[in-house]
Formats: sequence, C-alpha cells, structure tokens
Amino acid sequence: MNVSFSSQMVNLLAALLLLIAFAMLSQRRVLSLIKLLAWQGAALAAATFIVAWSTGQQHLYLSVTLTVLLKVILIPWLLHRLIDKLNVRWDVETLINIPAMMLVGIGLVIFAFSLATPISQMAGAFTRSTLGIALASILLAFLMMIVRRKAVPQVIGFLAMENGLLFAATSATYGMPLVVELGIALDVLVGTLIFGIFFFHLREAFDSLDIRHMEKLKQD
Amino acid sequence: MNQAAGISLQILQSMIVVLAAPLLIGWVNICRAWLQNRSAPSIFLPYYTLGKLFHKDAVIACKASALFRTTPYILFGCMWLAAGIVPSLAINLPFAPAADIIALVGIFALARMFSALAALDIGTAFGGLGARREMLIGFLAEPAMLMTLFTAAFISGSTSLDTIVASLAHREFAIHPSLAFAGVAFFMVLLAENGRIPVDNPATHLELTMIHEAMILEYSARHLALIEWAQATKLFVYMIIGFALFIPWGIADVADLSGLPLACAALLAKLAVAGLFLALIETLLAKFRLFIAPEFLSSAFMLAVLGMLTYFLSLT
Repeated sequence: MNVSFSSQMVNLLAALLLLIAFAMLSQRRVLSLIKLLAWQGAALAAATFIVAWSTGQQHLYLSVTLTVLLKVILIPWLLHRLIDKLNVRWDVETLINIPAMMLVGIGLVIFAFSLATPISQMAGAFTRSTLGIALASILLAFLMMIVRRKAVPQVIGFLAMENGLLFAATSATYGMPLVVELGIALDVLVGTLIFGIFFFHLREAFDSLDIRHMEKLKQD
Repeated sequence: MNQAAGISLQILQSMIVVLAAPLLIGWVNICRAWLQNRSAPSIFLPYYTLGKLFHKDAVIACKASALFRTTPYILFGCMWLAAGIVPSLAINLPFAPAADIIALVGIFALARMFSALAALDIGTAFGGLGARREMLIGFLAEPAMLMTLFTAAFISGSTSLDTIVASLAHREFAIHPSLAFAGVAFFMVLLAENGRIPVDNPATHLELTMIHEAMILEYSARHLALIEWAQATKLFVYMIIGFALFIPWGIADVADLSGLPLACAALLAKLAVAGLFLALIETLLAKFRLFIAPEFLSSAFMLAVLGMLTYFLSLT
C-alpha cells in the first residue's frame, strides 16, 4: 500500500471518528450511544491497522487486536447488559439543547485544530494532519461528559475520550509503547467494571442514575 | 468553439431538465411504491396530473392581488433559470458564466420569498402558517447549503459551477473527507428544501404537519400546475447540483460533442440511482416533528462546517 493512499484512508477514517463524536453528542438514546461507541472503536481499529500496515510497526497490530476485542465487542456488550439489568432505556437529557451544543462543538473543533497545527508541524509521522481531529474528538467527549446528567452517558463519554487519546497517540507517534497500551486497556476494562458496580450503588442509594442527586450528600 | 452548437446545447439542456423533472418525481413515486409493497402508478402520472390541471379553470380568491397571480410564473421562471445555469449534460455552455453558486442560492431564495409572500397575500390561516414554517426551514437550510458549496469551491478554487465541475471531474482520484461531509450535508439540505419526508411530507394535506402544501393550498388549475412543475424542477436541479459537486464523472465538454451520449447515459444512471436512494430514505424514515427540523438542519450545518474545516486540516 503506498503512503499517499494510506494517508488518505487514515484521513477519511479520522473524519469518520470526528463525525461519530458529533453523532454521540447529539444522540438522545442510550442504546444508540453504545452502538456509536462500538462504531467509533471500529473506526479507530481500522485507522490503526492501516498505520500498522503501511509503516510496518508490529506492536500496532496488538493495539488493533486489543481495540477490536475491548472497544468493539467486550465493553459495548458489558454496557448493553448493564442497562438491561438496570432497566434504564430512557432518553438522555442534556443540559443545553442540541443545536446550541453543535455550535459549541464546532467552536471546540476550531480550537483543537488551531491548537494542533503547530504540534503536527513538528511531528514526523505521515498521519500528523489527523492530530487535530484526535484532539477535537477528545474535547468533544469532554463536552459530552459535561453536558450529560445521567451516569451511563458520562461513562460512554469517558470511553470515547479514551478512543480519541489512542488515536492521538497513533497519529502523532505511531502509537504508544506496548506496556503503556496494555496498561490503558486493562485500566479501561477495570474502569468499566467498577463503573458498573457504581451504577448499582447509585441506584440503590437514590433510586435514579441522575448524578445531580449526589450533590445532596453535601447538604446533609 | 462553435457558437451555434453551444447555444443549441444550452437550450437542449434547459429543456431536458424542465421536461424530465416530472419524470423524476414519477420515478421516485414508483420506487416508493415498490419499497412499500404497493402497486406502482405509471411513471407518467405526474404528466397526466399536470395536463389535467392545465385544462381546468382557475379559481382565485376575490381579495387576491396581482402578486398572488404572478407568483407561479416567477417560481417557474426561477427554476428554469437555475436549470440553465447548473451543468447537467455539458460544461462551458454559453449561459454558464451568468451566475455562480452564490447567485444560484439567491435564485432559490427569491423563489422562496415569492411563494411565502403569495401565501400571506390571501390572508388565510393556512397560508400564513405554511409561509412561516417555510421561512423557518429556509433560513436554517440556506447557511448549510452555502457552506456545502463553499467546501467544493475551496477544493477547486472557484465559485463558478463550471470550474468546480471541470476541476473535480478531471483530477486524479483522491479521497476528500471534506467532500464526504459536504455530500451528506447537501443531501440533508436537499431533503429539507424540497419538502421530502423527514422534514415535510409532499403527499399529505394534514394541517398539523404540512409546510409546502399549506402555502399553495389556495392555488388551483394552471397556477397549481406551474407551482408543482416548478417544485419538480427544483428537485431535479438540486439533484444535478449534487451530481456536479460530488459525482461529476461523465459530463461532456461543449468543445467536444462526442462525449454527449456518454453524458446523457451517465445523467440517466445517476438520476435513477439517486431517485431510488431518495425513495429508500423516505421509506425508512418517519416524518419528524416540526421542532426536530431545526435540529436536523443544524446537524446539516455542522457537517458542512466540519467538511470545510477538514479541508483546511488536509492542507497542513
């Protein structure tokens, strides 16, 4: 595969990643959010695979395998089972309305792009132009964690942020060292399990997954 | 370049767009019927409807002003003008330098303004309601449309549709993520501007939901026929704008007429596929509540802006 074609493919997948980040921001249903998270993982895995193929970095293949196993299959399945057990299929409420959030999102993307331009000029990787997109999807995931009230979408935002971080690492420096990557994968998996337990406790204590109830602890 | 050939090809192109527009509507209706398991009407049904309407006597409200009577002709004229500007069969036609993409959006805005004014002119409740809704959709769709067009203009370095088509059709194959974004945004604008299903339903007269139909409720006979024809032409023109921006392959040049048969075949194939796709979308989606429409169009705007931003990103 020649470099210019694979660079175009990575650009396309990066654009897809950003698009999914925006779709998550505007999505109202939890089930669709989980599906989008799986698709974002798939796009990330595909982009990493192309980078691995065209640069011959062996350890990236392992990263692709981890991403597919964890992000595309295991974590969405866990989340799915979790919301089945909690029986929470409500529509997600957002703090600000969706068109306004889109505009804030566009502002964030412009900020991320202008922030990434000087960094990506220093980087030597052929994927450097996607650094801005990676940064933008991290910031969008942040925004999603901020504007969502319920616990499950916040966790999905956290996982999406992690996707963006991995993509930033891939595009700037062809991925992180293997040990770091394994560590992060384990962290995310354990994090999801802990969040699952946390959801049950939250519901037991407040009869709801709305994290605003947690503010009451201070007043008592 | 042969001047006479250019002018005759220009006239041929404008005529084809206007004359074939009801055929496209018929094709979309057939595809919808197939997909929804109904028996399909004839593909020529829109022509029969137009013929029937042209033969009837027009009834006009006694308080209607000249504006109400002239609006159908203005609408039809706007769409015909747009059909002459957008290259569907060949580029470098003599009429093409008359307007660029921004002027084209202006022509559509002119048509929209006149149809809204005519709806208000009669003073019925439905007319006012339809006009207000149409302007709501219009003012949200227009920026998205302009952003989409600007993305293509940035890539080819010109706002003239001819130059855009020429530079996009004759470059070596490259994947432009920005064009993919702009394409999706353009399709969303196309659905909204033409009153297709997720935003408006062209087939019902239900007062709570109708937008375009509410505006033209007072029209009858030849006026109604002209408006419906203009609406069909608008859909056709939007489709060929989409082809020109995103899949311009196969279009002929006026200096080399041997490419014309291929251009006709390509246009026919693209229209058939696009009509089927439109019918598929209309079958899969339900009509949104009116208050979801701003959300839909703001997503289109967001996609178009993202497309433009990713273009700048690929420069670094």
